[in-house]
Amino acid sequence: MSAHATTYVPKSRLAKWFESRLPIVGLVHSSFVAFPVPRNLNYFWTFGAILIAMLASQIITGVWLAMHYEPSATAAFNSVEHIMRDVNYGWLLRYAHANGASMFFVAVYVHIFRNLYYGSYKAPREVLYILGVIIYLLMMATAFLGYTLPWGQMSFWGATVITNILAAIPVVGDTIQSLLWGGYSVGNPTINRFFSLHYLLPFMIAGVVVLHVWALHVTGQNNPTGIPIKSGKDAVPFTPYATIKDVFATVVFMILFAWFIFYQPNYLGHADNYVPANPAVTPAHIVPEWYFLPFYAILRAVPDKLGGVILMFGAVLILAFAPWLDTSRVRSCNYRPIYRQFFWVFLIVCVVLGWLGAKPPEGGYVLAARICTAYYFAHFLIVMPLVGLFETPKALPGSILESVTGPGKQVSGSGLPTGAAAAPTTKG
Amino acid sequence: MANTAATGDATPHGAEGTRRDFLFLATGAGLAVGAGAVAWPFIASMAPDAATIAAGAPIEVDLAPIQEGQIINVFWRGKLIFVRSRSEKEIKEAQDVKMSELIDPQPDSARVKEGHAKWLVVYGNCTHLGCVPIGHQGQYEGWSCPCHGSLYDTSGRVRRGPAPTNLPVPPYAFQSDTKIRIGEEGGKAAA
Amino acid sequence: MKATRLLAASLLAVLLGTAAASAEDAHGSPQPPRVKWSFAGVFGKFDQAQLQRGFQVYKEVCSSCHSMKLVSFRNLAEPGGPDYSAGQVRALAATYQVKDGPNDAGEMFERPGRAADTFPPPFPNDQAAASANGGKAPPDFSVLAKARTFERGFPWFVFDALPFMGYSEQGVDYIHALLNGYEDPSEGKEVPAGTYYNTYYPGHLIAMPKPLSDGQVTYAKNDKGEPVVPETVDQYSRDVAAFMAWAAEPHLEARKALGFRVILFLILLSGLLYYVKKRVWADVGGEVHGLQPELHKTY
Repeated sequence: MSAHATTYVPKSRLAKWFESRLPIVGLVHSSFVAFPVPRNLNYFWTFGAILIAMLASQIITGVWLAMHYEPSATAAFNSVEHIMRDVNYGWLLRYAHANGASMFFVAVYVHIFRNLYYGSYKAPREVLYILGVIIYLLMMATAFLGYTLPWGQMSFWGATVITNILAAIPVVGDTIQSLLWGGYSVGNPTINRFFSLHYLLPFMIAGVVVLHVWALHVTGQNNPTGIPIKSGKDAVPFTPYATIKDVFATVVFMILFAWFIFYQPNYLGHADNYVPANPAVTPAHIVPEWYFLPFYAILRAVPDKLGGVILMFGAVLILAFAPWLDTSRVRSCNYRPIYRQFFWVFLIVCVVLGWLGAKPPEGGYVLAARICTAYYFAHFLIVMPLVGLFETPKALPGSILESVTGPGKQVSGSGLPTGAAAAPTTKG
Repeated sequence: MANTAATGDATPHGAEGTRRDFLFLATGAGLAVGAGAVAWPFIASMAPDAATIAAGAPIEVDLAPIQEGQIINVFWRGKLIFVRSRSEKEIKEAQDVKMSELIDPQPDSARVKEGHAKWLVVYGNCTHLGCVPIGHQGQYEGWSCPCHGSLYDTSGRVRRGPAPTNLPVPPYAFQSDTKIRIGEEGGKAAA
Repeated sequence: MKATRLLAASLLAVLLGTAAASAEDAHGSPQPPRVKWSFAGVFGKFDQAQLQRGFQVYKEVCSSCHSMKLVSFRNLAEPGGPDYSAGQVRALAATYQVKDGPNDAGEMFERPGRAADTFPPPFPNDQAAASANGGKAPPDFSVLAKARTFERGFPWFVFDALPFMGYSEQGVDYIHALLNGYEDPSEGKEVPAGTYYNTYYPGHLIAMPKPLSDGQVTYAKNDKGEPVVPETVDQYSRDVAAFMAWAAEPHLEARKALGFRVILFLILLSGLLYYVKKRVWADVGGEVHGLQPELHKTY
């Protein structure tokens, strides 16, 4: 990071003194102020900022909830209700945290599908992209651990089902399971360690987010054309242009968030989780939170325990191979007429899988889930490599600026000097 | 937002510039108000919650079983309170002290209820840094704090530092000669 | 292109069709009728008289079997609730015997309840509750209105989340329906001993006998000595369901009131931000008025 190019020039003597010892102001300046941003980014590109806002919201509300929560099998349920009833604004903190998890996933799914549509995963952004997949995995782990903490029926049975999934892993499965349980079943030691891990993982996410942003600022942002910044006229400085757009989009997203907190706080949850955990009774319909449903459908589509588990984890891990499975050199689906259709089919299949994940595993639902699961993997293993080989992409615009203003038209003003635009691809 | 405002300043075009400045200022103020409003629930949630406040209801203490010279411990709102049955000698010692000798001058009569000089009711944490002083010890035979050596007399008044003030008297009232109610004084609940 | 789009649409139709066809027989119970609740919607507020009546039904009927362990007497006097006075609550609490202790002799003892106490349960523990009630402990009332629901199905569940169409009273509607759902079993349906037929209970066989009947609870009359509301099962069940909604969500009114202000503020702020964004981007979008040199200097 020390070699990071910056145009920041400290003005005061104190700032100079500090900058020569720890160039953090220059780092922030080059990453969030002078950083060249493609001028044609649409609002799908604001979800990175929204995700950072949601991560911050989750960590802060979580830390405050932990001041009142008691992680034990006997006290957890009542301590959550204590937060809801007695703690000043406790209901707000808890609803913000519970719905915040859902909003976090809403934003991450928009972010992921934006990535897939515009081909942001392709070279040179493979590492950036894989770090994103790692963040997604960590988010899923954190969300699962957090959902067990109220120790309602869904918490308990979710913990039971997921830890049993891990037991399917050959050779080490049973050991992993008993290490997670800390006993012979899901119980008091389990909730205690789940709480500890639930508190730990968000900080690991924050760490990987730093790497993710770092990698982003090495390669620069992709954009709707998929072509790189070629001159200063293609870009604008991050501040104020991207900053204000991100702040605006984040506040608009907060309206959605607030709607759920204040008017539909339990809509995205399950009624059964207001029943205290009971190891003797499994709820009639046991389903995970909505953001896991597509993977849950894949798990249940396979009539074999280990096979289901492999396919479920495979469905996430296959994302990481997308940069190498996609053979097209054109990034953006805007210029890929055939693949674009497949993208939308893939999106619909994912939504349908989510819907099937919430349905009982019987009859037509199972058949539909199997068809969708097969398509899900076919998209990565067949469609991505083959369409790239046979498709004739549309002509790409000469530059980002040209895509905004139309070909041949000259624009007098632009955001950045050419030198600054070249910086992100060469310096780290 | 500071940067946004700075950019706004860069192109002042008369009325256009003024309107622009106002827009930026109003938005900046809106964001600041929003951030402040968000902070409030977090701060408020750290204050004692409704259950804690409700649990601080007054408690009743039966004095009948307490022997002369005995000090008993009771808890109200989680705070330690000493109830001390004083002997005639201890009462006289407490009453005869000259005000000029005291660090925190207060007559003994102001520290007990009228007609109930036998009973001393004080908070049980040293006013220095909160340790629990040991009864019937030290030069003044009231309390002696094991942490930093503060000494209290039989009226719970500090006689030697570092403690700055006397052991405070909690709000309480006599229900009968042998029963007190801590947490309520003159029919009013403590704040 | 058209072909792939068509393919996608037909694939979707087939999937939904097969899935829906097998789903039809899964639903045995009719949907509980939707009651108009005063606390529904963006400006919802509890009807305090209704909460007081509901509490009366709970106290006189339900509480002999159902506990309400998470609710304290003091909650009855808190804002946004049944609006009893602090004195009424103290007097009410004192009519209950609460287990406390151990005392100086190390023994547990009973004392009159205080406002800070939670409602004492009718049975000392779940096992006692189960053994006294045919093997199944009656569920606790504290969050029961949030712990019960019914499936709305597609597309209704989508509409339920939306402003102006929002529906989050499924649990309360279910409770109201259940209390009115005791009927003679449909033809050929066996009702084993210890269970009762209820239209709205999943599987129809409920362990709770019909708890309410017309005229069972005598409500307070108005100044002229006339009843304010009918003393019927339907009215009792509405009242007690509303009371349970409050017990499960005592800060509902505060939540909705704060939510309105927060969302209004966010809409105004995002409006301002939109114009700020427009102004800022005007500097580089399309025609640019010589800002570039400044940018060079600043960055």
